[in-house]
Amino acid sequence: MSDLTALTIAQLRDGLRSRQFSAREVAEAYNQAVVAARALNAFTVETPEDALAAADAADATNGNGGALAGIPLGIKDLFATSGVDTTAGSRILAGFKPAYESTVTANLRKAGAGMLGKLNMDEFAMGSSNETSAYGPVISPWRRSGGSNAALTPGGSSGGSAAAVAAGLAPGVTGTDTGGSIRQPAAFTGICGIKPTYGRCSRWGIVSFASSLDQAGPLAQTVRDCAILLEVMAGFDPKDSTSLDAPVPRWEADLSCDLKGKRVGIPREYRIDGVPADINGLWDRGIEWLRDAGAEVVEISLPHTRYALPTYYIIAPAEASSNLARYDGVRYGIREGGESGLDDMYAATRAAGFGDEVKRRIMIGTYVLSAGFYDAYFTKAQKVRSLIKRDFAQAFESCDLILTPTAPSAAFGIGETTDPLAMYLNDVFAVPASLAGLPAMSVPGGLDEQGLPLGLHIIGREMDEQSVLDAGLAIEERAGFTHRAEKWW
Amino acid sequence: MSVNTDQVRHIARLARIKMSDAEIEALAPELNNILGWIEQLAEVNTDGVEPLTAVIDTKLRLRDDVVTDGNIRDEVMANAPGAEHGFFAVPKVIE
Amino acid sequence: MADAAVPYRIKGATGEWEVVIGLEVHAQITATASKLFSGAATAFGAEPNTQVSLIDAAMPGMLPVLNGECIRQAVRTGMALDAKINRWSRFDRKNYFYADLPQGYQISQLFHPLVGEGEVEVLVDEKDEGSAKRIGIERIHVEQDAGKLMHDQHATSSYIDLNRAGVALMEIVSRPDMRSPAEAGAYVRKLRAILRYVGSCDGNMEEGSMRADVNVSVRKPGEELGTRTETKNVNSVRFVMAVIETEARRQVELIEGGGIVAQETRLYDPDKNVTRTLRSKEDAHDYRYFPDPDLLPLELDEAFLDECRASLPELPDGKRKRYEAHGITPYNASVLTADVDIAGWFDALLETGAEPKAAANWTASELFGALNRMNLAVGQSPVTPAQAGELLGLVGDGTLSGTLAKQVFEVMLESGQGAAAIVEERALRQTSDAGAIDDIVDQVIAANGDKVEQYKSGKDALFGFFVGQVMKAMGGKANPKIVNDRLRAKLG
Ligand SMILES: [Mg+2]
Ligand SMILES: [Zn+2]
Repeated sequence: MSDLTALTIAQLRDGLRSRQFSAREVAEAYNQAVVAARALNAFTVETPEDALAAADAADATNGNGGALAGIPLGIKDLFATSGVDTTAGSRILAGFKPAYESTVTANLRKAGAGMLGKLNMDEFAMGSSNETSAYGPVISPWRRSGGSNAALTPGGSSGGSAAAVAAGLAPGVTGTDTGGSIRQPAAFTGICGIKPTYGRCSRWGIVSFASSLDQAGPLAQTVRDCAILLEVMAGFDPKDSTSLDAPVPRWEADLSCDLKGKRVGIPREYRIDGVPADINGLWDRGIEWLRDAGAEVVEISLPHTRYALPTYYIIAPAEASSNLARYDGVRYGIREGGESGLDDMYAATRAAGFGDEVKRRIMIGTYVLSAGFYDAYFTKAQKVRSLIKRDFAQAFESCDLILTPTAPSAAFGIGETTDPLAMYLNDVFAVPASLAGLPAMSVPGGLDEQGLPLGLHIIGREMDEQSVLDAGLAIEERAGFTHRAEKWW
Repeated sequence: MSVNTDQVRHIARLARIKMSDAEIEALAPELNNILGWIEQLAEVNTDGVEPLTAVIDTKLRLRDDVVTDGNIRDEVMANAPGAEHGFFAVPKVIE
Repeated sequence: MADAAVPYRIKGATGEWEVVIGLEVHAQITATASKLFSGAATAFGAEPNTQVSLIDAAMPGMLPVLNGECIRQAVRTGMALDAKINRWSRFDRKNYFYADLPQGYQISQLFHPLVGEGEVEVLVDEKDEGSAKRIGIERIHVEQDAGKLMHDQHATSSYIDLNRAGVALMEIVSRPDMRSPAEAGAYVRKLRAILRYVGSCDGNMEEGSMRADVNVSVRKPGEELGTRTETKNVNSVRFVMAVIETEARRQVELIEGGGIVAQETRLYDPDKNVTRTLRSKEDAHDYRYFPDPDLLPLELDEAFLDECRASLPELPDGKRKRYEAHGITPYNASVLTADVDIAGWFDALLETGAEPKAAANWTASELFGALNRMNLAVGQSPVTPAQAGELLGLVGDGTLSGTLAKQVFEVMLESGQGAAAIVEERALRQTSDAGAIDDIVDQVIAANGDKVEQYKSGKDALFGFFVGQVMKAMGGKANPKIVNDRLRAKLG
């Protein structure tokens, strides 16, 4: 019997339905892989018994369980999981065990999925390298070619999620994407990841970072697996006022790599200086692959793209500074100080509980909302955000999809990027779609000259995840990306 | 606009994050770096542009007025660092 | 009562000062079963932290979902205050840290409130039509109430009860149109009356379902507005008036002593009758308002507004005019419309066909007198409107004199019996039989020859003596009018 941890979700599902192997065998194989890969620091909590229980329940249905019966998954630590530590990668939530289950993970459980554990992440999803986690950085399973054993980042904030899939510790995982946190790690680790339209996945029970940007989505080895997972994760939730009241399409069943009649836009402004030739080269190959799949390629303009990052770094910290005010040491999490009263307890608790990057963003957010600066920063940013959204609306008059690189670089070494601004630039290609709430996915396209994965980024119209997945499939088939990180752990 | 250490101290106070003078000294230039960078938005002409109010524009739904929640004190207080007699307890507040 | 004609002034060492008052009234929407953004119950006085959802406790990842009935009640209230209803409004976050505020922000409405400008007319002196004054409403916004902090339970800890956290509030912001404690008192009473008519808030200030933030400043008449202070959460009409009085005096003394008034938040201490600065929030506030990204803009359609309008009851002013049109005195009309329960009881009495003027007089004097004696609310009255109607009917058709009616009413209060039954049982019917009265009149005259002489020689005061004698002889049941007529006739 082939190594179960090498199979895709679709293959596992078929194998389970045709009884080639049992769900328990699958769960055990992954539980072992998780334990064997502790060197990657991908998991913050391991829950093997949870995976086994779901597996046994699936086996009891003799292959007639839900859409994900017997499929064990990894869950980003940002999702509330009932009775299991949920800390958002932060010390301030140390030991927090919610009595509730996020809507997205509840949907996955209803479909029969089990949980292998909680996945490491940048603290409160604030980071692009997983180095801001209170649990320490996740080590990417990937290494540069030529025998280098420098520890690389899997990207972030869903770094544990990406590493787990890339290392075969889970066939699929949940991630969240506020400004690229699913797509950039997927690109860095040679896997697929999709952020759906804002509002497709309920935010109920997901620890908030920036409410107007946060969206959950899956990461997996293949486009099809992403479609399978997203179909279960998505859906209207009356408990989230921003949840879209729309039926979930049959994304997997309708997958098609035929792009005849589709127009793919190539944004002029995404050709930026300092982007390695490898990445622009892959971008050009991607264009050819889509042409080959029947798409017509057109040049488009997104003139306000270059203002997307600064806009994001006003809006996201502003919302975060308010969303994170609830971490005050009163109802959950750690508590420090208090000798000289309540305010002292607040300040000491938050000083001890938050890491540097989170503090930095809370400070920025507090400043841009403060008296006298609100209009110059926040209101201005919301106006530019309108313009960025309008850019996309106009672009989509002449195209159906947009193709860009996912990130401006391949994975970098842990500790290599110390300047916050340089770190923020990682999301230069990902953030515009986040600001506009559009569906976008990263698909692996090839390796750079150091042997590290590079991703291609597809952006679609509001609610048109199908076209994004279809284009992803077309690229996947042509890129023939079968590389896996060599096991060193 | 750039912030001096007094402003940083004030922001830290507003955000309820205890910071030593050394931390504030170190943070001020970092924040100024970031602020200087985001201020490039000033060059964008936004005359007559409405600030974005809803990412995907949908209407706010209204909930029916029915009691569907509560009576879960144990769940609500299970993680509390300070709880006494069914209350959350905090260091004495002097009004 | 303050004479509205003479403006209220604080007499200081440097002359007279005018007081400028604006009120922010927080009224809980007690009409709803659940909270503004969560499905937890709102009932007053439950066990601590039992009416708390994960949302109210601001658990990680919890999200607000708006209660439509809260919006409906706030819109109806706005309509009752002749205010502009904004079809497009939005919720904002007011950010500050405090132990009674789990989220670290209050969901409120700063930039686009649900209700815009309106107006209330108040009678500063309800006995004086001329004391009518219009008070402007600037806005009404909907927001979350905070939890409760208890400081006296423990030596070193404060306790937090989140049952109230997230309950819907309407903040009704007046213009600085009031100039005296009496005006402010009249405004709060009128607002309370309207809210109770509409049914959006029970107006129970003791239980805190209505609280006022009192903004006070002083100035020399005609000069620029002075700096105002805001005294928070004043929970009775009497205290509102007291706060204005003492805070205005404090400011005058401060200014005349060469000091300057600081724009600050203050607390009222009823025991000492003083206000003092609120120390726990002393650092300059910077609420960093911004639109709540967990919610979308609130858009109301015509149908929604039509239903709200159609569901409004007759309001105090309308009722008052209707009563006055029935010949009821302005004073009675304003007393009978001051509270929705009283008005309801009185309307029921009118429905029995009782003559409005007489019914109003009787209710305002006899019924209220009795209820005060027994200190009962009108809702607890032992006599129903139907029974009262029956009693007034018997007075109207001459079966009972005013005096007899009082006796019957007393019996009704004790026994709960109907008026007619009591009249039969105790034979309290009055006698209008002229013959029978004549006989007694003759006997009284015959028996008091000396008094008759004195009367005839001009001692008119004795007339009452003869009436008394006749009544006494007839057990108080003789029709007083006939007794008078017969005596006059016979005594010449
Ligand atoms: Mg106020
Ligand atoms: Zn308020």
